[in-house]
Amino acid sequence: MSGGGWVRAYHLLPDFLGMLWAGAVMTVIVTAGGFVFAIVVGLLLAALRTGRSRLLHSLIYVYVEVFRAVPVLTQLFIIYFGLGAIGIRLNPIPSAVIGFGLNGGAYLTEVFRSGIESVNRGQTEAALSIGMTRTKALLYIVLPQAVRVVLPSIANFAIGLLKDTSLASAVAAPELSFNAHMLVDRTFLSTQIYLLVAVFYLAMSLPLSAVLHRLERGAARSRRA
Amino acid sequence: MSFSATAIPAATDADEPLVRIQSVHKHYGALHVLKGIDLDIRPGEKVSIIGPSGSGKTTLLRCVNYLERPTRGQIFINGELLGQKQGRRGFVELDDRSLARQRTGIGMVFQRFNLFPHLTVSQNVEIGPVKVLKVSRAEARERAIGLLGKVGLAEKRDAYPEMLSGGQQQRVAIARALAMQPTLMLFDEATSALDPELVGEVLNVMAQLAADGMTMMIVTHEMQFAEDVSDRVIFMDGGQIVEQGPPSRLFGAPEHPRTRGFLRAVLQKRTMP
Amino acid sequence: MISPQTLALIREWLPQLLVAAGQTLQMTVWAYALGAVMGLLIALGGMSRQRWLSGLCRVYIEFIRGTPTLIQLFLIYFGLTSVNIVIPGFQAAVIALGAHYAAYMAEVYRSGIVAVDSGQREAAQAIGMRRGQAMAYVIFPQAVRIILPPMTNFAISLLKDTSVASLIAAPELMMRANDITSEYYMPMQVYLLSGAMYFAMSYPLSLGVRYLERRFGRGRQLNLNLA
Ligand SMILES: Nc1ncnc2c1ncn2[C@@H]1O[C@H](COP(=O)(O)OP(=O)(O)O)[C@@H](O)[C@H]1O
Ligand SMILES: [Mg+2]
Repeated sequence: MSGGGWVRAYHLLPDFLGMLWAGAVMTVIVTAGGFVFAIVVGLLLAALRTGRSRLLHSLIYVYVEVFRAVPVLTQLFIIYFGLGAIGIRLNPIPSAVIGFGLNGGAYLTEVFRSGIESVNRGQTEAALSIGMTRTKALLYIVLPQAVRVVLPSIANFAIGLLKDTSLASAVAAPELSFNAHMLVDRTFLSTQIYLLVAVFYLAMSLPLSAVLHRLERGAARSRRA
Repeated sequence: MSFSATAIPAATDADEPLVRIQSVHKHYGALHVLKGIDLDIRPGEKVSIIGPSGSGKTTLLRCVNYLERPTRGQIFINGELLGQKQGRRGFVELDDRSLARQRTGIGMVFQRFNLFPHLTVSQNVEIGPVKVLKVSRAEARERAIGLLGKVGLAEKRDAYPEMLSGGQQQRVAIARALAMQPTLMLFDEATSALDPELVGEVLNVMAQLAADGMTMMIVTHEMQFAEDVSDRVIFMDGGQIVEQGPPSRLFGAPEHPRTRGFLRAVLQKRTMP
Repeated sequence: MISPQTLALIREWLPQLLVAAGQTLQMTVWAYALGAVMGLLIALGGMSRQRWLSGLCRVYIEFIRGTPTLIQLFLIYFGLTSVNIVIPGFQAAVIALGAHYAAYMAEVYRSGIVAVDSGQREAAQAIGMRRGQAMAYVIFPQAVRIILPPMTNFAISLLKDTSVASLIAAPELMMRANDITSEYYMPMQVYLLSGAMYFAMSYPLSLGVRYLERRFGRGRQLNLNLA
């Protein structure tokens, strides 16, 4: 490896850091947006799934299976390029948020569903017996317990999402990976820049991992209790 | 100690039963669990239901709260048909909201307590009044503190259920049901999941509630308690009411051989070391 | 809804896309095989008593799990060119995806081994089995039950992740779809069509996972960190 590349990278470091910092901020925004979107979709659909409508069950099933069976990149391209071609033009960032939100929503629907199923039936019955409707029982009694059960899965999802947002670079969303490609195009210092980007991602994902480990330990403890 | 006005049932015609169970059948698939139950319960009456395991006691109680839907037959609470209404073509299921309204008048205490583990003791008692009756938080809190005092757990109000003993949890469950000011209380083997030394504290609370005039349906294996507290004891077997009568008669001079057999077996078990 | 012209175009695209789907499957199989072998080595290395070796495996796993597949792919494809190692796109994708999944698979192997080790081994030896017999008849069958569902899940996510290889122009389904799109500029139709092909490949696998989970019971499933 030519040492010259590293020297040049060292001199350009302030530039790199500025550009990558801006990208990282955007990565956080896309991650947070997609996360909230996915949580809302997942909670809503998991709640609707507890209802009695057969049609709704089937529709949710199809949504979950389709969005989980197709690469998220395809979904991003359909939203950004596909919708754009039929006149619905979305900017890269909203496209990415919607894409990751819908994709993650399918995943979280399953996660929340398993959480809801893990709550003892007696909880719903006790809630009904004090006069709650099924909706209230779900909202005030079952969901709060279900969410606790699935917190590790949600943290896990957040870590995965953070890394997956790198794919938003393919629809030109100016996030961390996209800015990295720009720098590489300009300087050809691919090794140095992508390693630096890896450090940025690690700096964001390792704290999330720490949270995850704590949640998993907590979950294991409460299972034993 | 008194559970106050909450226990006095709504004024009705003196002869009008609070609960009327009319030829109720329940099937689980091919399993015929309730085979035509007829039973009237007057306001303020305490009825104990005894019988061997699997005889349908729990199922009957759950039908009275419409946690189970009778396959056939009807149940009226205060003259109002439970869980169903007359539609254009026969009876149809009540909507969720109306069913919930009917259930507010019926408290249920479960064998396994079913306290809400994510809420404190006090919140367990408050959540019904706040979310269902739309009582203000302050008032619900006051009501909860009062009821917890009466079941002897005022000092535990900020604890979580998992920190309580079984007996304490069951007393909280009773307070939770009472917070809705029901006119009828259902107890399904409320002490069966408890260690023997904790049974008494729960029975005491139930006895006090009975003394206050609450209408109660009590499924139990505590024969002494049934004898002391009930106005009437019902013996069920094989999904049917085999025999019923005042406790003195049913325990003192059971008429049906199955009742005699059951009582002999139960009392023998109890006197065994 | 689909006009005759579009239908004619789809007929024109379909053979190309089918060939590309075959390449996707090939890439999946190679990367999976690489990951399964590397993963086993990393799992064993991670359990080694040599501190440096287990530490190295730990660092590898953390690095892989903490960074996007895309960046790993670019490091291998573009990064290595700066040291004059030029790897064709397809091979680069196989290496990057294999190395990526190896880290996750190592965790699955480790959990599978830990979950049945010690007590079970001792019990087997207590009834007179030799070490090899204990491994073959007791440990291995149980470990397989534990690792099979997550390992099948990896096949599904790996299949989908091969689409990332299109970003280094490796020949597979996603890239073919991109090419056709730039030629005809009908992204909606092309990506829906290619999406349907991904679905046709991965949905049967996910039915398979569900079957395995039902068959082996959910109780023994691992709470794995599969991000
Ligand atoms: N949800 C259910 N599905 C199928 N069978 C049930 C169900 N609940 C109760 N049973 C059956 O109904 C019968 C009566 O049960 P139960 O009412 O619980 O009896 P008891 O409370 O008197 O012990 C038993 O044979 C039981 O196995
Ligand atoms: Mg019972």
